[in-house]
Amino acid sequence: MENELNKKVLEQLIKVFSDDIKSAEESYGMLSVTVSKNKIYAIIKFLKENTETNFNFLTDLTGIHYPDSKEDLGVIYHLHNFYKNHRIRLKIFFSTQDSYVDSIVDLYSGANWMERETFDFFGIHFKGHPNLTRILNMEDMLIHPLRKEFPLEDQSRKDKNDAMFGR
Amino acid sequence: MSQLEKNNTDIIIPSQEKEYSILNLGPTHPATHGIFQNILKMDGEIIMDAQPTIGYIHRAFEKLAERRPYNQITPITDRLNYCSSPINNVGWHLTVEKLIGAQIPKRVEYMRVILMELSRIADHIVCDAVIGVDTGALTGFVYLFQQREHIYEIFEEMCGARLTTNIGRIGGFEREWSNKVWEKIEKFVNNFPKALEEFENLLVRNRIFMDRTINCGPISAERALSYGFTGPNLRAAGVDYDVRVMTPYSSYQDFEFTIPVGTQGDTYDRFMVRLEEMKQSISIIKQAIQKMPTEGGFHADVPDFYLPPKEEVYNNMEALIYHFKIVMGESTIPKGEVYNCVEGANGELGYYLVSDGGRTPYRLHFRRPCFIYYQAYPEMIKGGLLSDAILTMSSMNVIAGELDA
Repeated sequence: MENELNKKVLEQLIKVFSDDIKSAEESYGMLSVTVSKNKIYAIIKFLKENTETNFNFLTDLTGIHYPDSKEDLGVIYHLHNFYKNHRIRLKIFFSTQDSYVDSIVDLYSGANWMERETFDFFGIHFKGHPNLTRILNMEDMLIHPLRKEFPLEDQSRKDKNDAMFGR
Repeated sequence: MSQLEKNNTDIIIPSQEKEYSILNLGPTHPATHGIFQNILKMDGEIIMDAQPTIGYIHRAFEKLAERRPYNQITPITDRLNYCSSPINNVGWHLTVEKLIGAQIPKRVEYMRVILMELSRIADHIVCDAVIGVDTGALTGFVYLFQQREHIYEIFEEMCGARLTTNIGRIGGFEREWSNKVWEKIEKFVNNFPKALEEFENLLVRNRIFMDRTINCGPISAERALSYGFTGPNLRAAGVDYDVRVMTPYSSYQDFEFTIPVGTQGDTYDRFMVRLEEMKQSISIIKQAIQKMPTEGGFHADVPDFYLPPKEEVYNNMEALIYHFKIVMGESTIPKGEVYNCVEGANGELGYYLVSDGGRTPYRLHFRRPCFIYYQAYPEMIKGGLLSDAILTMSSMNVIAGELDA
């Protein structure tokens, strides 16, 4: 860890949640910590309420899908401490069968629509969310379109020669 | 028991339970300035509850981006906040540049600052002028939109397009700005403050305007932070957060400017913050023109992403290879993930890019400020009048393209 703030936050996290921190790295200056899914609410609550870390702002919440790995779905949180201007990234990974994550709406009201969007596109269920329905896609859609098993183009099309361009 | 009393008992007393009426505001209504639907629960003219429906112009940009080479994603970003496309374009270029570690010449960075501040002015003109329209002052709108037209003429001169600009490339600009561009910028910078002052005189201390906007759709700083507000809307609530100052990008640290903040977080404050930001933008543009280095060219040395000049393509093998590589979309970028944000006209516009080393992003997520702060809208209009709800929406500057991505 090159950044002092990153080092401090990581130390604090390890001190309190030693077993739940799976890995940590620093990429392009931002601390990126992978934690266990069951503790995500407690960790974010700690990061928000602890006076030393004080991550008072939820910048972003989104999902990701790695179909080839065992824990294929993931949620990525970007938190921001306005007082020290410090950002960190938290990640959790889990399998599609177990896609239930604790909602953080009661910590950050802004998480409401971000979680709905993540549910809409990845089918990740947020436990305790007040209104977990689709937000951008239509209500009766059956799939979660940002998962990798749903290709962008209609696979029944015959007029495109993939052999030529390989994509 | 007298006759009168007996009769009184026969009178049917209406139920004390109130019956609310349901009102559909939108999706297509001239007053909503875009495709927004709100199902309102009304008690007379007081809004008791609101349920926004969004997604009417959802175009699956994040999915589209997963199949597009990096240079082809720029046109997608145009269509996020289409009132200030160049900021989105530059934000995207900065993200890729951060991942590939490109060294950008100072001159390009200053040109980008000029471009972004011009777009910020254009965006704020839309918002402030429309607040005027919704309070009944069409004059200011017509008057200030003429200035916006001049900004679009500058964009047109730079890149040929006006609204969805697709301006710049990864590494810099597609071509050198012509003398005419500089002349037009110069002219705009000289003329705009006068026009803005007249607009200001029309509204700022106008009794009717103040009565309509003060205390209309307020939000406290605490709630705004919890809801993830950024940009002018957060600053109007009293939090001095600005990405340009907090994490300077594109050499914003070289310029002197102040960040205006409000106190109440109501429509009037949002209006005033944007008004002051336009003045600050003009000041930044002036400084950038003054400090503009003469050396440095108009793009960085990133042959993988920057199209070589045509003469070289015909005469030089390497240039020809790069030309085809870019046109066929075969430029790859290193593995990694990066979050980069710029101060968009509406707030922190973030790009979360995950690259697996391929020719397209593995995952690209846009942190769209509109999407995040629009969820506070029901809370802000609750207990207010319907006409205030219209005004609150226009003062938040919700852009449908950015909301729905």
